[in-house]
Formats: sequence, C-alpha cells, structure tokens
Amino acid sequence: MTTVAKVEEGTASPYALSHLDALESEAVHIFREVAGEFENPVILFSGGKDSIVMLHLALKAFAPAGIPFSLLHVDTGHNFPEVLEYRDRVVAAHGLRLHVASVQDYIDRGVLKERPDGTRNPLQTLPLTEKIQSEKFDAVFGGGRRDEEKARAKERVFSLRDEFSQWDPRRQRPELWNLYNGRHAPGEHVRVFPLSNWTELDVWQYIDREGIELPEIYFAHEREVFRRNGMWLTAGEWGGPKDGETVEKRLVRYRTVGDMSCTGAVDSEATTLDAVIAEIAASRLTERGATRADDKMSEAAMEDRKREGYF
Amino acid sequence: MSTTTTEALPATTLLRFATAGSVDDGKSTLVGRLLHDSKSVLADQLEAVERASASRGQEGPDLALLTDGLRAEREQGITIDVAYRYFATPRRRFILADTPGHVQYTRNMVTGASTAELTVILVDARNGVVEQTRRHAAIAALLRVPHVVLAVNKMDLVGYEESVFATIAEEFTAYATELGVPEVTAIPISALAGDNVVEPSANMDWYGGPTVLEHLETVPVSHDLAHCHARLPVQYVIRPQTAEHPDYRGYAGQIAAGSFRVGEPVTVLPSGRTTTIAGIDLLGEPVDVAWTTQSVTVLLADDIDVSRGDLIVPTKDAPATTQDVEATVCHVADAPLTVGHRVLLKHGTRTVKAIVKDIPSRLTLDDLSLHPHPGQLVANDIGRVKIRTAEPLPVDSYADSRRTGSFILIDPSDGTTLTAGMVGESFAAPEPVRDEADDDGWDF
Repeated sequence: MTTVAKVEEGTASPYALSHLDALESEAVHIFREVAGEFENPVILFSGGKDSIVMLHLALKAFAPAGIPFSLLHVDTGHNFPEVLEYRDRVVAAHGLRLHVASVQDYIDRGVLKERPDGTRNPLQTLPLTEKIQSEKFDAVFGGGRRDEEKARAKERVFSLRDEFSQWDPRRQRPELWNLYNGRHAPGEHVRVFPLSNWTELDVWQYIDREGIELPEIYFAHEREVFRRNGMWLTAGEWGGPKDGETVEKRLVRYRTVGDMSCTGAVDSEATTLDAVIAEIAASRLTERGATRADDKMSEAAMEDRKREGYF
Repeated sequence: MSTTTTEALPATTLLRFATAGSVDDGKSTLVGRLLHDSKSVLADQLEAVERASASRGQEGPDLALLTDGLRAEREQGITIDVAYRYFATPRRRFILADTPGHVQYTRNMVTGASTAELTVILVDARNGVVEQTRRHAAIAALLRVPHVVLAVNKMDLVGYEESVFATIAEEFTAYATELGVPEVTAIPISALAGDNVVEPSANMDWYGGPTVLEHLETVPVSHDLAHCHARLPVQYVIRPQTAEHPDYRGYAGQIAAGSFRVGEPVTVLPSGRTTTIAGIDLLGEPVDVAWTTQSVTVLLADDIDVSRGDLIVPTKDAPATTQDVEATVCHVADAPLTVGHRVLLKHGTRTVKAIVKDIPSRLTLDDLSLHPHPGQLVANDIGRVKIRTAEPLPVDSYADSRRTGSFILIDPSDGTTLTAGMVGESFAAPEPVRDEADDDGWDF
C-alpha cells in the first residue's frame, strides 16, 4: 500500500492541500453530489480543454466504477475535425453514451437561420435547450469558469434554470458552505459547474500534472488562417475567407475550442505543455479576449446569452 | 477575472477570503487595487474598463467596473450579489468572495463568510468603528471565520496619522476579541492611493506590519487535525460490479473534518453500526491516511448497510444523534421563516424533513442583544431556532466543525434555499434578553 504524500513544502500545516488538490477535491465532491441527487445528469462535452478536464475528474470521482453520466455535444457544424476525432475516440475508450444536438439540423429544417456574420455560437442555445428537454436531463454539467467573464463571476456552482433554461441572475440561490441545493421542479434543470473556481492557468497546470491528452490544435502548428476583427480565423467551408480577406500560413495554436466561425487562433511557438503554460502565464490577454469574437459584440454579450439558456 | 503571474509556477496553497465593507468604505477600490496591483488584470480587461469609464465621462479608469459584472449593476452603479474573483501570486492562489456592501447585506456576507478562512473588514479612518463595523465583526464571529483583517482605509484623508489608526485598531480588536474572534490583524491603508495594499506605504513609516497582500500570502491555512473530530459524510456508493471489481463497495465522500486511517474502528451514523476501515482510495490510488478536505472512497471491513446521507466517524469520537436541533440561523430568503414552517434540512449529504418548532429570539447585531419570540425571521435576520427533524441527525456544534455543524433549510414546495444554520450555542447566547418594547424598528 502506498501513501500519496500531498504535503506542500513551506506551508505551515502538513495537512494543507496544494491548490490543485483542493480544486480537484472540490470538483469531485460536486460530481458526486450530482450523482447522488439527480436522476439523469449529462456532461456537456465539446472536446475543449475544460470539458476534457471535467471528464477526467468524473473518471477519478467514480473510479474504479465508470462514470454514471452520459455526454452531450452541441455540434455547431463548424467544428475542428481534430476535435471531433478526439471526441469520438474518448467516447469509445470509456464506453460512454454520446448525445449530439446539431445546429446544422436546425438550419436544414429551417428552424434556425444562418446569421449574416456567419457565427453559429448564439445558435447553439436552441438545440441545447431542446435536447435537455427532450432527453429530460435534470442536471447538465458545464465547464464554465468564473474567471472567464464578469457575468460568469456571478454564477453559482449549482445554477437553477427554468423550463425555458433561462438564467436569472437576480434570483439565484445563495450557496452556503459546501451544501449545494439541487432541488428543482419537473421541467426545470440545474446547470452544474465543477470548474467554477478554476482559472485558465489551473486548468493547464492540472492537464500537465495529470498527463491528460488534448486535441492537437491546442499546440502550435502551421495552419491556413486569415485576419478578421483582429483575430486569426481558420479558413474553411464554414464561410471564410470573404472578399478582401487573404489566407496565409502561420504558426498558431488555440486557447479555446469552439465554433470555427468565432474562435480565433493566437500566434504561438508553444508545442509542449510546458511552453503553453509559460505562454499563458506571461500573456497580457484573457482567454476570451484573445480568442472569442462573440463576446466582443457588446459589454453584456455573455450575460445576455446566459439568460437565454447558453452556458 | 483571469489570473496570471510572470513568475515561476510552484505548487501553491489556496486561500479563500471574503471582503466586508459598506458602500463608501472603498471596498470596490480595494478589490480593484488588489487585482490591479497584483497584475491580475489583463490588458484587454483594463482596456474594456477604460473604454467604459470614458463613455461614462469619467476621467480615469473606474476600477469598480472590473467587478460589476451584470448589466443592472453597471446601469445602477451597484453590486447586486456575491461574485467570486480569482488572483494569484507566486506564493498563493486566492478565491475572493466579493460581497456587496448594501442591499441584502447580511445574507450576502454570511454566504461569502461561510467558505472563507479570512475576512477583510473595511472601515473609513475618518469615521472609525461604526455600527456597520460591529455588524461585520459579529458576522465574522458568528460564522467563525478564523482570521479577521481590519483594513483602516482612507488614511490619506487623515494625514496618515498613527494615532487615528491606533485608536480604531484598539477599539475594534477589543470588540472582536469579546466576540471570540481568534485573531485580528489591523492594517492602515489607502486603497485609492495604494498605500499598504500591495506595496508598502512610504507615507506611514510608523507602521511595521505587513501589507494586505503580504498578510493574505502568509496567513496560515491551518488544519489542526489533532483536535478535530473526524467526519466523513457518505455522498455516493461506488459499486463497479465488473469482472475486474466484482465485490468492490466503496463509500465516497469529502472528508469534512479530521483524518481517517486504514485499520481505524469506525461507526456509521445514524444506524450506529461499527466496523473498521479496510482501505482508503484517494481518487483511484490507495492511501494509508486521508484528511480534510480530500475527496476519498472508503472501504469497510464488514458488509454493513451504508448509504448516501450516512456519516462515518471514529468509534471513539462519535457525535450523539438528535431530532431536536438548536441553532443560530441567518434567514436568506425573501419570504419569512415562521414557527410551524415545514421545511427540508440539508446537513452534510443528508436531506430530511423538518419543522420549525420555535424561534426563541432574534439577534440585534448592533448591540448583540436578543429580542425574545419575534414570531418570524425575515430576510437578513439572524436568530435562534429550534427545529425538530423527521430522522435523527449526527450534528456537531458549529464551534467544533464548520462543515458538520452547519445546515441549510430548503422550501419543499419550490426548492428555495431559506436559511443558513449553525448548530449549538451562539456567541451571543449569554447576553441578556432585551425587552421587546425597546425594539425601535431595527433593520438593516
């Protein structure tokens, strides 16, 4: 039998947990609370680093048993192929069940219309919320972190949504100690954010510590990109480049993974985890500020989308 | 708010702390200053604040805009609710519960303080210790926040006078000590000018103590496990039932207090059955010993009935179980709590039916006097409550354990979180009960 020493040097107490251990333990506690209190939870899984870390934590939380949740991917139709490949590989490796809510289906059926600016990020809300209703999910895990954005800083770990999946920041339940309140009426559901207290740097440090595999687009690679709204977007069939935008080959990587139409790459030479962590630690731009076009639409873009049911 | 540091990235500890201060004490400025001067505000966030400040016709960047995240908050210039903020230095990671200073003030501070290991209480050096300061101190004492920092702000407006600071610090420390606050650190600051927040002040040579950030970085996050009652609320039973693990039956939970060791005799409550710990898995890896706040899975030597909601404790240190819980509570919902109210009580991982049998008193935070039989508690009220539960609960005194001495009350009809509860005697209990006729419309 081995004893895993988690004691940090230089701290007053030999029993103080490192910040990563504390965050990990808290996230595992949240996963287990949901497993204990809800009938039909699902993990939102995009193949991005936050959802990959969530999956890793869920695997540890229930080991040696499997994860008692299924996965849900909101497929914008503009996904990075490397990410879809990763998604399918992970689902198969752990014997998980994957639900897919497809934005393209909604567009093909004429329920949703393509936006003039081509971004499909706001279009995800309807397929997501309808899938939650039709599958009767009562708890939906999201990888949202409070450090991402000002409106998210106000988000609870357990966030009650009404039958329209709406978020009302004025009517949130206070969260006291670690006593999460999961009560909800039929038709309502609870969004659960196990990574609430993690920052971008914590996520990367944890990925490094745990040796978690990521899709390759997170590391520097040569890619055909063009400039739009101050960001490097990947050229592709989704609708770019347009007239006047020129494609060039650059060494880039992604800090977030989302819809191709609004997720920008950053210039980078970081091909290893260490290099990525050093780069983020020195960055003067936030993750979303650097890479997300949709959050720049207005001062309250995230809040407005969240109110409607977005994460 | 994002976090960055340009230093190396060693493993660090985590400190959760909360701020308290009324509207004009400069709390937003202090928080903005901590984030800004610790270089936790990134260029695009600062640009956004500068843009927004300019569009409102303000001269410099308004650091309060860094923290007011909601449309209504920006429109009204107020803070609606607790927000959580993150920053880091090479020595430590911080989670700040940023609680608003005015509307719905008590419940927000209670919410922030419930998970905090330290509270920063701000006072205006020109006003000294006022009623509001005493309320902040009382809530910190009630919630048993281990460390309290008194930040005497706006020292620039009193000529950086040592005597002003010393008088305030002395009065506050005496009051807080009387309440049972174990440790007070007083720091003279100017959040606006940046004195003693992150950088030591050149204007107060007479002050030899730490800056606010230095103190936050070095205050011990201690767990004196020798004096803790070990407690493990069972969250979930892990039974793989696979070929590889046909008989694995593990009880998963986050250790709420103390430590557990393989081979230790334990009792499962409320049933009272005893066995020994056969193994402890720390997220997939076997360990000999585990402690608070690790999330673990415990294997027991005997095949006894254990399920979610049970509490595993050392046999030599088991709490009594009771169906009659007496507690100090803070009512957090808009609808009042009344005698006869049927509620759900969540304690650890167990949720049971309960009924409010009596509300013996309501506490006035101003002078810590008790009003007998107020009939009900409304939003932000703190009072004593007697609750009868449908099943026996193994509760500890909140003074002994913040985790297993706390509970919440939930409205069974719509799931609203009604009340935050702390089991056992309150610090205010020995105070004389004031006559109801003296009640001159106390509220806050």
